[in-house]
Amino acid sequence: MDFPMMLRVFPFFVEAAWVTVQISVLSLLLGLAVAAVIASAKMSGSLVLRTFGSLYVSVFRGTPCLIQLFVLYFGGPQIGINLEPFAAGVIGLGLNIGAYMAESIRGAVLGVDRGQVEAARTIGFGRLQTLRLVVLPQAARLMIRPLGVNAVGLIKGSALVSTISVVELTYTAQRFIGSTYKPFEIFGIAALLYMLIVYVVARAVDVLDRRYAIN
Amino acid sequence: MQGLDFSVVTPYTDILLMGMWWTVVLTVTGAVISFFFGIFFAVAVLYAPKMIAYPIRFFMWLFMGTPLLLQLFLIYFGLSQIGINVPALVAGIVGLGLHFAVYNADVMRAGIVSVDAGQTEGARSIGFGRFQTLRYVVIPQAVRNTLPAIGNNLIVLLKESSLVSIIGIAELVHSAQLAISETFRPFEFYITVAALYYILNLVLESGLRQVEKQVEVSR
Repeated sequence: MDFPMMLRVFPFFVEAAWVTVQISVLSLLLGLAVAAVIASAKMSGSLVLRTFGSLYVSVFRGTPCLIQLFVLYFGGPQIGINLEPFAAGVIGLGLNIGAYMAESIRGAVLGVDRGQVEAARTIGFGRLQTLRLVVLPQAARLMIRPLGVNAVGLIKGSALVSTISVVELTYTAQRFIGSTYKPFEIFGIAALLYMLIVYVVARAVDVLDRRYAIN
Repeated sequence: MQGLDFSVVTPYTDILLMGMWWTVVLTVTGAVISFFFGIFFAVAVLYAPKMIAYPIRFFMWLFMGTPLLLQLFLIYFGLSQIGINVPALVAGIVGLGLHFAVYNADVMRAGIVSVDAGQTEGARSIGFGRFQTLRYVVIPQAVRNTLPAIGNNLIVLLKESSLVSIIGIAELVHSAQLAISETFRPFEFYITVAALYYILNLVLESGLRQVEKQVEVSR
């Protein structure tokens, strides 16, 4: 173990971890927005919207995230989309995780007992009122854990943006492995920081889930 | 901005198909390794003495909390640091295999625990040893019960195998990059590659559905 070297490079990794956090948070927000739209489309009454929703989920979950990033970042300029690596990373990861999160949201909404909807309609609630006042508040609780799993997956998945030269944790690790030839030490530093980020998110999900759990 | 022209892909059909073949090879070998090591890790965590179980638990914790890409770098460069020079292909297979073994082990551990205790008691009372009970009674039932989850991991493995292109293995993504370096047409090639992965994914999914149906019938 080369501790002096580890201490010397550590500040670079802290900076890189901050980029990983930024990428993850921004693509999480984009992903949630995409997921809300896609989940609504998949559960709507219109056949066109339903087909679009299913197609979106199937394409984004049926192909590697790496390829989606490459199409956007390297292929984008050919169809007039010129993005900085950071922006391409956020958009690519967000569109990808949106497909997974849409399924988490849909699962939670479908997980709300059917009797709740029937009861609400019976006492005179409209469709929208039922959705807003009865179904969604209950579904929101059910989706905390699956969305948390998606978020943790997103943090680890954000390593992919190193391939389009965003200087985040994995990119920094790769660079320092190349310059120091000390893969174990460098992996240790990067792993420590990833674990820390994942741990914070997992704890937050635990707290939220416990606070809002239906019992 | 230039017009899109998918006919640039045609001359590279052979290269892309070759890459696709290697993607299949990586997925299949990765799947076999991750399946057996998954069982091994799960059993070790549950039944092995602490000296073996704890390091494996630590390893699983470490590999579940970090990105596969980082693990691939560790294995590819780490093996050569400790004096084992392996080709990228071996490092890629080992990386994919170990990464998904950890996820399979996580599923399998829950599967083994949830096999009815009466099964073990029954096997022991008719004279099966501890190992025999695990091998012939508990694990087969655990595997059958966790098959859908293991199948899901396999689907993820197929897609994640694209990452080994980064350490220079000539699978589907890497062969597309080769073609792009000659044609400067990333959009056409990456869309084609996405379509090929999509097809592989459909084939794998329908295959898994068949297997699950068979298993369901055999109950």
